[in-house]
Amino acid sequence: MVGKDCVAIACDLRLGLQALTVSNNFPKIFQYGDNVFLGLTGLATDLSTVSDLFRYKVNMYRLREERNIAPKTFANLVSSSLYEKRFGPYFVSPVVAGLDPKTSKPFICGFDSIGCIDFAADFIVSGTATDQLYGMCESLWEPNLAPEDLFETISQALMSAVDRDALSGWGAHVYIIEKDKVTKRLLKGRQD
Amino acid sequence: MPGFDFSNYNRNAALHARGVPLPKATSTGTTIVGCIFEGGVVIAADTRATSGPIVADKNCEKLHYISPNIWCAGAGTAADTEFTTALISSQLELHSLSTGRKPRVVTCMTMLKQHLFRYQGHIGAYLVVAGVDPTGTHLFTVHAHGSTDKLPYVTMGSGSLAAMSVFETQWKPQLTQEEAVALCSEAIQSGIFNDLGSGSNVDVAIITGEKTTLKRNYIKPNERVPKLKSYIFKRGTTAVLNEKIIRKEDLGNFVSVHELAVEETGDKMEVDA
Repeated sequence: MVGKDCVAIACDLRLGLQALTVSNNFPKIFQYGDNVFLGLTGLATDLSTVSDLFRYKVNMYRLREERNIAPKTFANLVSSSLYEKRFGPYFVSPVVAGLDPKTSKPFICGFDSIGCIDFAADFIVSGTATDQLYGMCESLWEPNLAPEDLFETISQALMSAVDRDALSGWGAHVYIIEKDKVTKRLLKGRQD
Repeated sequence: MPGFDFSNYNRNAALHARGVPLPKATSTGTTIVGCIFEGGVVIAADTRATSGPIVADKNCEKLHYISPNIWCAGAGTAADTEFTTALISSQLELHSLSTGRKPRVVTCMTMLKQHLFRYQGHIGAYLVVAGVDPTGTHLFTVHAHGSTDKLPYVTMGSGSLAAMSVFETQWKPQLTQEEAVALCSEAIQSGIFNDLGSGSNVDVAIITGEKTTLKRNYIKPNERVPKLKSYIFKRGTTAVLNEKIIRKEDLGNFVSVHELAVEETGDKMEVDA
């Protein structure tokens, strides 16, 4: 979700096997630089494969270029990496959130499992609660939210959506990314 | 040309056989059109991207750059239109660099159709290719299976019938640029309003021998009315169990950099001259 000079990215903490909950502490957000975050939903085995693959690719980028990767560059890396597997895709739908290292402008985008980028100016959702999240975000989000307000908006949107999805929940992580700091919060959520 | 990686294919087929649903790909579910006029060609598109019945992107870009004088409108699987046009654009640029000639629309169309035919329709790109080159003004459609058409006015995507009905009633030979732009945007709007897979705004690209003009969001007939009330929650509403703040200036505490003195010991490594 985009705010004024800040972005937020949040995820629930459930890991499940259809209706069976396997873990209630399974974060789905990964950091790839000071201001670049990747959220992943989908098949857990692909989640770890893909997150490790990007850690490797981003590290190689940093060594080659001697600088951190920008969110926009990272988004294109994610896109082409997923499209390479067009006919045998990873079962993931990633979300990238970050601030441009030069201009500090907020950047968010989402992908389908074969790497089509969805650039959005407001919010991106993904996962089993997608339909609920679209409804919540479309009604709660407004432009130019301050970091504190953005936190409340994204948290309430996520919590409400997740409470109406049997396959999501068990607490949440929320990252608020600002120019000079990142705030990570653990939310108190329903445990059923 | 580097190809696709099929390493997950068998795993996914096995997964699918055991009842794991295949992930939904974003579709453009589009209305795209093109129309030739005196001195150039215009292509237009709506801006809705869908994932099943859900609108995935309300203002996406379906007009793709191929070369300065060739543009492409894409319908079908969104990722396929994006990457196929980017691939051909890159090949065409190299081709024009090696031949020292401006890229031709037929070349572009042929490369696209050969690429798509090779993949037997599995790459779901349905394209309208338009451009002006030294041989004249051209307008083509390319289907995912590799068939092509050359017509004075074309439509594609889920809204192609709605758009074609506009062309069939209003098109006439020797249109002016203004008439062609108006006709194309009218055709797109009929797709936007009558086809559920199309929506939001109208994008237009006008290509003439002199220049290309991309008019992003040329018509915005579906602007969201601003909310009359604000739904911001009072700060402190959400229950927080744990909070961690990482400041950029503190990051230095975790990393220390030592400059190592350069030692001149022993023989220098021999380097080939």
